[in-house]
Amino acid sequence: MSVYAALVAPFTEFEFMRRALAATIALSLAGAPIGVFLMLRRMSLVGDAMAHAILPGAAIGFLLSGLNLFAMTTGGLIAGFTVAILAGLVSRTTGLKEDASLATFYLASLALGVSIVSIKGSNIDLLHVLFGNILAMDDQTLLVIAANATITLIVLAVIYRPLVIESVDPLFLRTVSRAGAPAHLLFLALVVINLVNGFQALGTLLAVGLMILPAGIARFWARDITGLICIAVISALISGYVGLVLSFQTRLPSGPAIILVAAGLYVASVLFGTVGGLLRQLFPGRHLEA
Amino acid sequence: MPALLTFRDVTLGYDRHPAVHHLSGDVGSGALLAVVGPNGAGKSTLFRGVVGVLKPLSGSISLSGLHVRDIAYLPQVAEIDRSFPISVFDFVGTGLWRVTGFFGGIGKGGREKIAQALAAVGLTGFENRTIGTLSGGQMQRMLFARVLLQDSPLIVLDEPFNAVDARTSADLLALCKRWHGEGRTVIAALHDMDLVRAHFPQTLLLAREPVAWGATSEVLTAENLLQARHMCEAFDERAAACAADSQPRAA
Repeated sequence: MSVYAALVAPFTEFEFMRRALAATIALSLAGAPIGVFLMLRRMSLVGDAMAHAILPGAAIGFLLSGLNLFAMTTGGLIAGFTVAILAGLVSRTTGLKEDASLATFYLASLALGVSIVSIKGSNIDLLHVLFGNILAMDDQTLLVIAANATITLIVLAVIYRPLVIESVDPLFLRTVSRAGAPAHLLFLALVVINLVNGFQALGTLLAVGLMILPAGIARFWARDITGLICIAVISALISGYVGLVLSFQTRLPSGPAIILVAAGLYVASVLFGTVGGLLRQLFPGRHLEA
Repeated sequence: MPALLTFRDVTLGYDRHPAVHHLSGDVGSGALLAVVGPNGAGKSTLFRGVVGVLKPLSGSISLSGLHVRDIAYLPQVAEIDRSFPISVFDFVGTGLWRVTGFFGGIGKGGREKIAQALAAVGLTGFENRTIGTLSGGQMQRMLFARVLLQDSPLIVLDEPFNAVDARTSADLLALCKRWHGEGRTVIAALHDMDLVRAHFPQTLLLAREPVAWGATSEVLTAENLLQARHMCEAFDERAAACAADSQPRAA
């Protein structure tokens, strides 16, 4: 099998592969920067919790109108926003840390969702929601993903400065501007949007993967936030592309394949990364003069 | 000296327990005021009230000719995430927020101002270092550089010379005096009484309640300091609602 046949032909020959590639590109461009901020704000697992919060919303959408992507997306967005905003408001107005308040709300949301599903009965097709299927992407879904990615990048550009300052020195931002709270809540909204985006392609369980793993990878290669975001996006793109090829050639499910490639990149970064990688720590070279 | 900052019977605190109890008085424009008192006397609480982070439980704090968001505030244990990958240059640049706001770029003039501020605190050459690599004293110098850029008429410094060496505190004190010379109002919480006596014309001695407020030599008497030391630090969990508020003012 030639290199062309292995790496390019799947995309030139099959439309579903082209759609899948377009979807991963959109997911990478928007999700990776969000993941970098999640990591820097020590909220890496918050994304995971949010993904659980979204599931009941999607389930309710599914129960109301069947396997209708629009209904499930809307349900997921509503559930995610509700949990994110309530948790954000509680942690801002009381002394409770964000992770603690989020844990409360996402568990409540999950319990509510499971209850609703159990009342209504049949939930076999919900497996689609759990694991997603990027290879079965239709035009409508692809457009939703692209639109969400565009919105994410625009909003992120708008709130970038207050978000950075809020992450480094929240007290300073509070004394000079009122922008802190809106920037914080908008950021949580972006997390939700990107999780919903990801669950269509990767499923709710892995949706957070294309956000957090690239951010983790970037931490081993860059020191400043611009570098972190660039490397995170690039490694997300690579994971997406290689994962799709891998999935096509080996019949692995696409979502797990993409995340496994990202995990492989992560391991390589831990070992060989120039910023704090293990190899660098073992062989740091002689110390400098000044 | 017109009053820039006026306290009207201010009580500040947490969970209804007062940390600063019934403070009245005003800070004249251009004053160089030291706030002294034992740990837990309410100095930081007072400053949090001044910059609007903490709402008074009763009474009011008013500013004349100045918006609360224009105050330059240097907190004590800055809630700074020092592991965040931001360079010293960018961090100090946030002091230009009043000029740049959300989107405004930092042009050539802005970059020059940042370089000057860094030079003024002796951090030239640190521009591209991330903030996590700075020592405690260098961190404090960097925060002073940001205050410098904020170009504010009212500067509030919470224990600015804690844990810094003699040279750094001398440098930073010189900055305070420069601000005073420029007609800005500077309020600083301090513990070094010799430093206060030598450099700060006015002092507020606080021990939850104001003990004395006025010219430094009159405030820092042995008698007043002893009184401040007898302050009770713990809140009384069963304290009744303060009666002072309901008493008739004419009394």
